[in-house]
Amino acid sequence: MRQEILEILENDCRVTPEQIAVMLGEDAAVVKETIGQLENEKVVLKYQAVINHEKIDNGLVTALIDVKVAPQREVGFDQVAARIYRYPEVRSVFLVSGAYDLAVMVQGHSLQEVAAFVSEKLAALEHVQSTMTHFLLKTYKQDGVIFADQEEDRRQVVTP
Amino acid sequence: MSLATWKKMAPAQAAPERFVSPLIRELPPSGIRKFFDLVANTRGVISLGVGEPDFVTPWHIREACFYSLEQGYTMYTSNFGLPELRQEVGRYLEAGFGVRYDPLAEIIITVGASEAIDLALRAVLEPGDEVLIPAPCYVSYQPCALLAGGRPVTVPTRAENDFKLRPAELEARITPRSKVLLLSYPNNPTGAIMTREDLLPIARLAERYDLLVISDEIYAELTYDGRHTSFASLPGMQERTVLINGFSKAFAMTGWRVGYAAAPAPIINHMLKIHQYTMLCAPIMSQKAAIEALRHGREEVAQMVREYDRRRRFVVQRLREIGLDCFEPKGAFYVFPSIAATGMGAEEFSQALLEEEKVAVVPGTAFGEGGEQRLRCSYAASINDLAEAMNRIERFVKRHGS
Ligand SMILES: Cc1ncc(COP(=O)(O)O)c(C=O)c1O
Repeated sequence: MRQEILEILENDCRVTPEQIAVMLGEDAAVVKETIGQLENEKVVLKYQAVINHEKIDNGLVTALIDVKVAPQREVGFDQVAARIYRYPEVRSVFLVSGAYDLAVMVQGHSLQEVAAFVSEKLAALEHVQSTMTHFLLKTYKQDGVIFADQEEDRRQVVTP
Repeated sequence: MSLATWKKMAPAQAAPERFVSPLIRELPPSGIRKFFDLVANTRGVISLGVGEPDFVTPWHIREACFYSLEQGYTMYTSNFGLPELRQEVGRYLEAGFGVRYDPLAEIIITVGASEAIDLALRAVLEPGDEVLIPAPCYVSYQPCALLAGGRPVTVPTRAENDFKLRPAELEARITPRSKVLLLSYPNNPTGAIMTREDLLPIARLAERYDLLVISDEIYAELTYDGRHTSFASLPGMQERTVLINGFSKAFAMTGWRVGYAAAPAPIINHMLKIHQYTMLCAPIMSQKAAIEALRHGREEVAQMVREYDRRRRFVVQRLREIGLDCFEPKGAFYVFPSIAATGMGAEEFSQALLEEEKVAVVPGTAFGEGGEQRLRCSYAASINDLAEAMNRIERFVKRHGS
């Protein structure tokens, strides 16, 4: 049931526990309790909306930054990652395999602001060896959601 | 008399319809079609009248079709269908339903399950042979039986029996002319299923009266309570069964027009002749996509079925809250609630609901006997649309409450 509840919430977190209970044929109290547990265990961290910022033209600029790091004895990459993810400008941080180590997503109000953040804050951090900044130009799909308005219902209105 | 004279004698006002055969002239147009025109002319409708998945065919299946076109697969296939596809169908039927067919001799790929139904009926019926059809049922069965020269005989199924076919009801309608029993479970429009226990006494009757069973199992995957039992898997039944299935519903592939029939070779061979002369083969790109569906589509099917199941519970619960008596459907993607409580007839209700609340459902009358005070609501629609549609139906029922 946990897996099914997560699947429903991941797709639409506004579905109420009562509705989930009906959809799964379970008791509403049990579903509520399970969701509570998932929240307490930090399996479910937050309920967010996926927003197409391009539509509201709020001037937000996002960059994906490849960061190469010298791993630290004992703590590996974690300590450096922690130094990075505490900045509010940083939207996400992933440890990745390949040519660099951390993939960092940064958001700001202008190119200059993001560039300044990278050069003054990120690149200046101890153990950060190099950075490579890619500004995002267009979002096609994010968190499983396709952004183009094209997937409307094309079926006939009544069929056998 | 010369042709010219004859033509002069023909009544001037006779419409070109005089050329149409009386059998076809008298064939009623589908009750669905009638309603379609009404709905198509109304704006902003939430439609629960759609008898096909709201999912688009999974991407990897669509992609398999692109690749096949790229590689130049644009020709006819064997009349039977691509051997690789028949192999996959054979494997699928054995793994999924425990029935074994020789893929190269006992399976034929058709243009949808629709063609397979037509082939089976035409291959076996002689003029006047009776086809036993449990109703309410899919709109095509009776017309197809008629077109094949048969006589459709309706066997009622009832809400109090969960719309299952009862052996006594069947037996009461068997005559010396009965030749075919056309089963379809999970059922469109009722959502009823038949378990193994439900089917066994039917199988005994088929044996006693030597009936051929055409079993349209197109909704087999969409079974929400236990696993689907194929009629052909019952002891001794494979020999007298034409098993029909396809890709439209389970794999969300309605537009591809690909399905199949499995039956003993002596029956398939004769069905093949009709197919060979009238259709040649199913489209090769669809067959290529179908291979991909069977090889790698399991995960998406399971995902879609889970989704339908959730909507099903939601819709049943809402309809009951609204006060429309609703038997719990265990298969397909339809609910078939009763509107007896409103005192309205099915057509009257559907039309008024469309006009006043812009929700389209199909009046039960489109599916024959037993649908007079029922609606077919498809839950192949997003949960948000379903929720909104249920709110509108609730408003409507309150307003018209007796
Ligand atoms: C019971 C039943 N059989 C057959 C079909 C037609 O299937 P296909 O698209 O494979 O021709 C449908 C489609 O609505 C159906 O509901």
